[in-house]
Amino acid sequence: MDNFVQQLINGLTLGSVYGLIAIGYTMVYGIIGMINFAHGDLFMLSAFVALLTFLILTQIFGLTSLPVAFLIVLIVGMTITGAWNWAIERIAYRPLRGSFRLAPLISAIGMSTFLSNFVQVAQGPRNKPVPPMFTNIIHLGGAGHDISLQYRQIVIVVVTALLLGGFWWVIQNTPLGRAARAVEQDRRMASLMGIDVDRTVSIVFVIGAALAAVAGALYMMYYGVVNFADGFLPGVKAFTAAVLGGIGSLPGAVLGGLTIGLIEVFWSAYVSSDYKDVAAFSILAITLIFMPSGILGRPEIEKV
Amino acid sequence: MTAITQPIAHVADSAALSVRLKEAAATAAVTVLLCVPIILFHANADINNVLHAIPRPWAVAIFAFLAFFGRLAVSNAAAKREARPESGFAAAVRQASAKYLPGIGLAALFLYPFVLMTLLGSGGSLKWVDSYGIQILIYVMLGWGLNIVVGLAGLLDLGYVAFYAVGAYSYALLATHFGWSFWICLPLAGMLAALWGVMLGFPVLRLRGDYLAIVTLAFGEIIRSVLVNWVPFTGGGAGIASIPKITFFGLRFASGPDGFDAFFHFAYSPLHGRMFLYYLILCLALITNLVSMRLRRLPIGRAWEALREDEIACRSLGVNTTNTKLTAFALGAFFGGLAGSFFAVRQGFISPESFNFMESATILAIVVLGGMGSQIGVALAATFLIGGFELLRELDFLRAVMSNGAGIAALCVGVATFGVIRSRRLAAQATLALVCLVFAARAFHWAPDALFDVFAMPDFDPAQYRGLLFGLAMVVMMVVRPRGFVATRAPSIFLKERKVVSGALVGEGRG
Repeated sequence: MDNFVQQLINGLTLGSVYGLIAIGYTMVYGIIGMINFAHGDLFMLSAFVALLTFLILTQIFGLTSLPVAFLIVLIVGMTITGAWNWAIERIAYRPLRGSFRLAPLISAIGMSTFLSNFVQVAQGPRNKPVPPMFTNIIHLGGAGHDISLQYRQIVIVVVTALLLGGFWWVIQNTPLGRAARAVEQDRRMASLMGIDVDRTVSIVFVIGAALAAVAGALYMMYYGVVNFADGFLPGVKAFTAAVLGGIGSLPGAVLGGLTIGLIEVFWSAYVSSDYKDVAAFSILAITLIFMPSGILGRPEIEKV
Repeated sequence: MTAITQPIAHVADSAALSVRLKEAAATAAVTVLLCVPIILFHANADINNVLHAIPRPWAVAIFAFLAFFGRLAVSNAAAKREARPESGFAAAVRQASAKYLPGIGLAALFLYPFVLMTLLGSGGSLKWVDSYGIQILIYVMLGWGLNIVVGLAGLLDLGYVAFYAVGAYSYALLATHFGWSFWICLPLAGMLAALWGVMLGFPVLRLRGDYLAIVTLAFGEIIRSVLVNWVPFTGGGAGIASIPKITFFGLRFASGPDGFDAFFHFAYSPLHGRMFLYYLILCLALITNLVSMRLRRLPIGRAWEALREDEIACRSLGVNTTNTKLTAFALGAFFGGLAGSFFAVRQGFISPESFNFMESATILAIVVLGGMGSQIGVALAATFLIGGFELLRELDFLRAVMSNGAGIAALCVGVATFGVIRSRRLAAQATLALVCLVFAARAFHWAPDALFDVFAMPDFDPAQYRGLLFGLAMVVMMVVRPRGFVATRAPSIFLKERKVVSGALVGEGRG
């Protein structure tokens, strides 16, 4: 039982990170119907940005308060990563907006290769050891139980929950969110209603990148090491999460992320840690075969 | 029809210079913002494995400078661009090349190793036959195989490398465990891969395009993960070594008395084995091409293309979509498997590392960049991408060029000569791109004391920039020519006259 609760905590932590990345995939897919393959590498880039910002704050500005430093890291990371994704969309995706469906996908795969190699060239190929942060541990359940809750995990879940709440509010209640939802439903109709589609798409890319940046900062803090090749697998898992939850659906992305995180952690704990990726992907395939539009996705009705 | 085949003429935004300068300044400002942490500081681990942020402001300055002038050049080019009518000579050249290119190309491919052998001798041409000839032809074959799935049937497959892996491991395991010959294993590997294609395809082919894409990607990752983790069977991450080499009717390509060269009384040369492999992969690739071109005219091929254009219409006309998709999938997998077993016999060593997602992405990029469904386009794209990628491996060549001003000057003269012949604008762009490349590469290595020594880069290592350039090239090619190199289609059936169909009119199915 202890082990179960412990794994539940670990799974929710991992799932939060996946959920944050998955939102970027699902929003971009919802609004322009492309698989943004570079999103995983953007997440990796944001982890590097967070690491460097943290180093600059602590070493050059001599900041000692960890929560303040981490808050600044999050804000700077969101800004810079948002700018990156804005630029990527402008350069690599917008010229291909009216083109056929595979064109932006190939462009995104190229961008993904570019980003990971760019970080490799700029920061070197070796693992970067991150200074430890939020290392305290709470022991739960009193004596006789062996459940530990790390401060890091609390930070991840709390930051994720706050951010998702804020994000949900933005999408539901602001003119910006309305515009995004309108463009998602029908791009041409939205533009006829006076919505600036290009601007809305850009903002969606920035928001997706900002959430990925938070995921990157949390990932860096939690795992304590970043590498230029770290973008691919979390990216694919997060995309899997988005598809599992029903691509285009925002609650679905979070749900899918948590599901994938839990599956991965429980599989590692109870079956075999070697085959955790196999488990995650197999669940994806099985879900799609029996539930082709994901858990919360709307089935696509095609009119002839 | 011709109006559509022509690239849509850019509306000449002949903005005033001040506007363009403002745009360029904005671009530079954005670049500085993007570069702030990731370029401005380098996280350097010291001996105690503690990270330190080392500033390098000059690198950001270089990138800002490049962004400013790059943006200015792009907007200047856009302002000057106008649709020029094609000259009669150019049109004649284009028509003639379309007519004779396959024949000439084929002849050149067959003569390639012999020409090299006479020019460079057997030692010097080994590399050119192996890492350029064979390597490119493997990707041509994989591209043609995937073209059946993506280009003809319109199914987006992101896990094609899985079948390549199945083929490679089939041969490696059968040969190392049972000592079976390559010639028995080759068709077996293809069939096993096709079997896997059917097994994967049967449940998932009902899915829509993007879901199919992600499931195939997942399948590719599952196969790779199994190859890494099932150590007793596959050898795990260490792979399988000492896979038996290829034989020619039982003759090994070795220096011994029972070898190929001794039997035919040739002087022993390692080149002969490579040449045999070269012709083998050439034949395999041509078989792939022939089969897919022939099948395209048969009912099944027409069903593929119809499926790509409109699945609902297909279904309402009584085409069995599941079987049609499944045959495309299985056939693509079959050729992937053949290529895989060839890869195993050529390398003599395989490991899961050779079958990662980047391989799938590269093959898909070849198909899309070539122009989906166009056989010659796929071959061209494979040559450009893989050949270029291999060329960047030529450390000495590029280092020699990059490490002194004379090399760069020679390169510039070459580009300029090309420009005088072909197009001045293209040459200017190429030169600019070259200078940008040198500067950008320089940015990471530049120390302030080397301020006046811009062009000399003794520590320049092109291998680092391979992936960077590869990714960038993919983006640029896609943005410039989204329909691929060959953006027209030859119809497989026509009335009286064969009219070329624009690629823009060819849909791609939703899987």
